[in-house]
Amino acid sequence: MSKDDVLSLHVGDMVSINGLIVTGRDKLHKYLVNEKPSKKRIPFNLEGTILYHCGPIVKKTPKGFEIVACGPTTSMRVEMYEERVISQYGIKGVMGKGGMGPQTRKALQEKGCVYFHAVGGAAVYLAQRVKRVAGVWKFEEFGMAEAMWLLEVEDFPAIVTMDAYGNSLHEEIEKQSLKEFKKLIGLT
Amino acid sequence: MAKLRNAIVELYRLAATSLPADIEAALRGALKKEKRGSAAGTALSAILENIKLARETLRPVCQDTGVPIFFVKMPCGFSQLEIENEIIRATRIATKNIPLRANAVDVLTDKNSGDNTGVGFPVIYFEETKDKKLAIDLMLKGSGSENIGQLYKLPLQELKAERDLEGMRKCILDAVHKAQGKGCPPYIIGVGIGATKDQVTKVSKEQLMRDLNDMNANATLAKLEKRILDDVNRLGIGPIGFGGKTTALAVKIGACHRHPASYFVDVSINCWASRRAVITFKIKNIE
Repeated sequence: MSKDDVLSLHVGDMVSINGLIVTGRDKLHKYLVNEKPSKKRIPFNLEGTILYHCGPIVKKTPKGFEIVACGPTTSMRVEMYEERVISQYGIKGVMGKGGMGPQTRKALQEKGCVYFHAVGGAAVYLAQRVKRVAGVWKFEEFGMAEAMWLLEVEDFPAIVTMDAYGNSLHEEIEKQSLKEFKKLIGLT
Repeated sequence: MAKLRNAIVELYRLAATSLPADIEAALRGALKKEKRGSAAGTALSAILENIKLARETLRPVCQDTGVPIFFVKMPCGFSQLEIENEIIRATRIATKNIPLRANAVDVLTDKNSGDNTGVGFPVIYFEETKDKKLAIDLMLKGSGSENIGQLYKLPLQELKAERDLEGMRKCILDAVHKAQGKGCPPYIIGVGIGATKDQVTKVSKEQLMRDLNDMNANATLAKLEKRILDDVNRLGIGPIGFGGKTTALAVKIGACHRHPASYFVDVSINCWASRRAVITFKIKNIE
């Protein structure tokens, strides 16, 4: 994704993603931030790509790897790392579920990046949009769920819930629900 | 016991790939309440399509096939150890054949065992019953929703929650409000009240095994379950947290006697992909 692509997106936009994306979750984020591997040591070009918070089920077949199920995992667990991953590796999109916190929201705004929300649990539905496993990194060391998978996707559906303008659907809903919550439990 | 082992493998397959009818029907009901083309409506349509695809292709509904939790109800005279061994053997086979995602991570070495077995993994509860049958309930508990569960100790000043059922109600609303959309709503909410921490966490899990349409045998709790569900759905978090009418499909409460000094409330939350299944054997068919 280019900077223009990022800036054209706003909270609430429903998108369909095509091309190469990478996966990464807890262990990979911790590794990228603590070990700081240089871009040369990572076999894929992360510049401008989408980092998908996902620990897929992958089957090894005679033809290579096949994605069985690949829904998003909860993004908030990597909140403490994401800001540095965005600025260090130049990713332009983060995808997962549940949204992220103020640190990431700030990074999205400053670095020009966007957060996509995939439908949590829709793992087979989303796996059908993966055309090919184009590569994997850290498979032996981190295992299937925590490795970085390079996936070619087609018509992969997601909704923009945090944009590069500082808007967050999660924050809006949190605020509205807090008001209702206080009313319901008699706190004012 | 090979027959039992194979049956447990099939129990895994059923739980992982086919959502119970009551859950699916409730999700269909939720879709009708959302506006067509809204984020919530679109998400629920994808969820229902996913349930259908998983069942047709025998693939796991969600890539997080979770922590397997077994509730074994057995007649007098059965060996827990033998049943436990068969569950562990079946877990290894199911992980490879279905396949399930290997989720058991050694806390000391941080290595994944690769077959969903390890210390205390799967989780197995045994209970002896008067029934002349062996019943094995399995839940594949996704950890996105497990992480948003909360244990409360009443009273709790910050919620103005006293040591009564009204205080418990406030805890449930607090847990869901804090969870927002992080655990894949619409949620199923299980609650346990009682004297000790370990006791209430088990009771709250047991509630998640109940059919959504059952009625609590206790009239007070039945009424509360309905009222709190309505309250939760007023929070507006909605399907997948996109905002909307259905934040939860059910609230189920179990209560034990408590100690005069203690009032523990545990809130266990399950995602919409509530994967539970059961097999039963007549005694003569087991050996």
